[in-house]
Amino acid sequence: MSGGARNSADRLARLLNLVPYLLARPGIAIAEAAADLGVSEKQLREDLELLWVCGLPGYGPGDLIDMAFDGDRVTITYDAGIDRPLRLTPDEALALVVALRLLAETPGLANRDAVDRALAKIENAAGELADAPVAVRLPGNSDRLVALSGAVERRRALRITYYTATRDETTDRVVDPMRVLVVSGHAYLEAWCRRAEAVRMFRVDRIDAMTELDEPAAPPPQAQPTDVREGIFQPTADLPLITVRVGRAARWITEYYPCERVTRGPGEEWLVSLRVTDLDWARRFVLGLGPDAVAVSPPELVAAVRDQATAALQAYAVPTA
Amino acid sequence: MSRTRTERLVNLVICLLSTRRFLTASQIAATVPGYEHDPDDPRDHEAFQRKFERDKAELRELGVPLETGTVSVFDTEPGYRIARREYALPDIPLTPDEAAAVGIAARLWQHAGLAAAASSGLAKLRAAGVEVDPQATLGVEPLVTVDPAFAPLTKAARERRTVTFSYRVPEHDEPTSRRLQPWGVVCWRGRWYVVGHDLDRSATRCFRLSRIVGPVRLTGPSGAYQPPAGVDLISHVARWYGPVEHTGQATVLARPGRAAGVRRWAQEVSKGPDGDRLVLRYSDPCGLASWLVRYGADVVVLDPPEVREAVIQRLKEVAARHDTAGPVVAAGRSP
Repeated sequence: MSGGARNSADRLARLLNLVPYLLARPGIAIAEAAADLGVSEKQLREDLELLWVCGLPGYGPGDLIDMAFDGDRVTITYDAGIDRPLRLTPDEALALVVALRLLAETPGLANRDAVDRALAKIENAAGELADAPVAVRLPGNSDRLVALSGAVERRRALRITYYTATRDETTDRVVDPMRVLVVSGHAYLEAWCRRAEAVRMFRVDRIDAMTELDEPAAPPPQAQPTDVREGIFQPTADLPLITVRVGRAARWITEYYPCERVTRGPGEEWLVSLRVTDLDWARRFVLGLGPDAVAVSPPELVAAVRDQATAALQAYAVPTA
Repeated sequence: MSRTRTERLVNLVICLLSTRRFLTASQIAATVPGYEHDPDDPRDHEAFQRKFERDKAELRELGVPLETGTVSVFDTEPGYRIARREYALPDIPLTPDEAAAVGIAARLWQHAGLAAAASSGLAKLRAAGVEVDPQATLGVEPLVTVDPAFAPLTKAARERRTVTFSYRVPEHDEPTSRRLQPWGVVCWRGRWYVVGHDLDRSATRCFRLSRIVGPVRLTGPSGAYQPPAGVDLISHVARWYGPVEHTGQATVLARPGRAAGVRRWAQEVSKGPDGDRLVLRYSDPCGLASWLVRYGADVVVLDPPEVREAVIQRLKEVAARHDTAGPVVAAGRSP
């Protein structure tokens, strides 16, 4: 459908909705309705003017949609029979039902009961359309998420013991919680980290211990939520770029990590370049891939992998008690 | 065109909702403003028919249930009407907390198509009088991304149509072409899968949506198959990628203050003069070995021998593969 036709379809949908919307809210201020419907006040007035000349066959004064204006307020006084919104389309029913199922499956949710009730009612109203062929299961530790979202709601600072995988270290830090989110199967606490003096995304399954403090959470004004639409980890050009050559069995890394470049072949091996936050992490990463990968660059990574493997072999050469 | 066309379509909906009799195209033309034409002028009449066809298509696109029928058996010309019962959204008496939940649900899609469908669905609920608190939260925000194959696969599963697509598994060099009768789509551990009957392999199969390359094509008629009664889609995915039992037990020696990632998984930790002894549970010795190799000289496997040997073997291979490609050579070769 072309843009123009799409706009016209959108407008028709909006107009068919507008009459029942206003009927349910007699005397609503036009500015309020416009803000609520996500259109400009000018657009809403144009919509009302258009509806005013629509109505039942005969199209006389008693047949047309009618409304009363009181200052900036509007009341529908005659609806010409479009007093109910149109039923949900299959796509709308699917989008709402699956979203509610995802919510219902989200661990640690407050008021899950309301989600379940809403889902049942929407499914009931959508009839067979709600029979969406989509099932969801999200993993996660509910108790931990309840505790974290509780701290967000109560606006309390937290002391957490956190495992940083990129540096392979566990540290204690005080954070000011901002929100809890679930993205791509992992739950995260987004918080202002007083140690790093920056907003950090803490993976909930790496928070090994937590204590809610008596002091209030006080994220500074510069603590803004991260845009996570493109993923939690967005590699930036200032991070070290590593290149590894991987065999068949290690090609999975291209699905798992955001890669900057993947050259397939020649032969079975792929040349994969990706940005890493830490070269020590990259060393563990390459070691973990074992015989299925070889580090190509940077040279210090190649040397670090070789030296670490050699040192480990020496440790095995020493007889242990 | 847009204003007059929109006006005509609103009037058409109102007219067809108000009639209990089926109205023929010519009756509609004589009634609804915007369809005026000379039925005796073939070109004019043809233009009207094209316009009316376009309008009907647009209403159907929007989900308006346009009924076709005839007033009596003697009529040859089809008539149209809209049954109010089919048109109107049924009453959905949502309490404020339920409405807030729907509002939050409608925001969680990070996919343009589904986000638009969710918000137009929500707009209908609000038009039905439901008040949605835009500030409400449920403490945890799930953000859901879906792969492009989601929309065609759910549509195919709903209509029970066969699909074909190209599927790329990283371990294989070329994508393969698959024919599937999809039963449904599953979100499991943050990834999307489709489960169904694979026509080429005559077996139940799951496919990861992110591995589908190019378009998903719907082929053949609707209602072409029936999924097994009471099929549990999640169990099919969980069976393929399911959790495993950790029946093995290994003991490793960790350097003091090092290998934090291994320590987190230790069942027991006991301090000794040469480091800390950690007891780990595992399912697959090779999997455990490749994970422990990550930590290099910081951990030494004491037991069992099969894990210890596997680690040593891997370390030898890694050392050998990186020995020839020393820093100088690697720098020269790097792209």
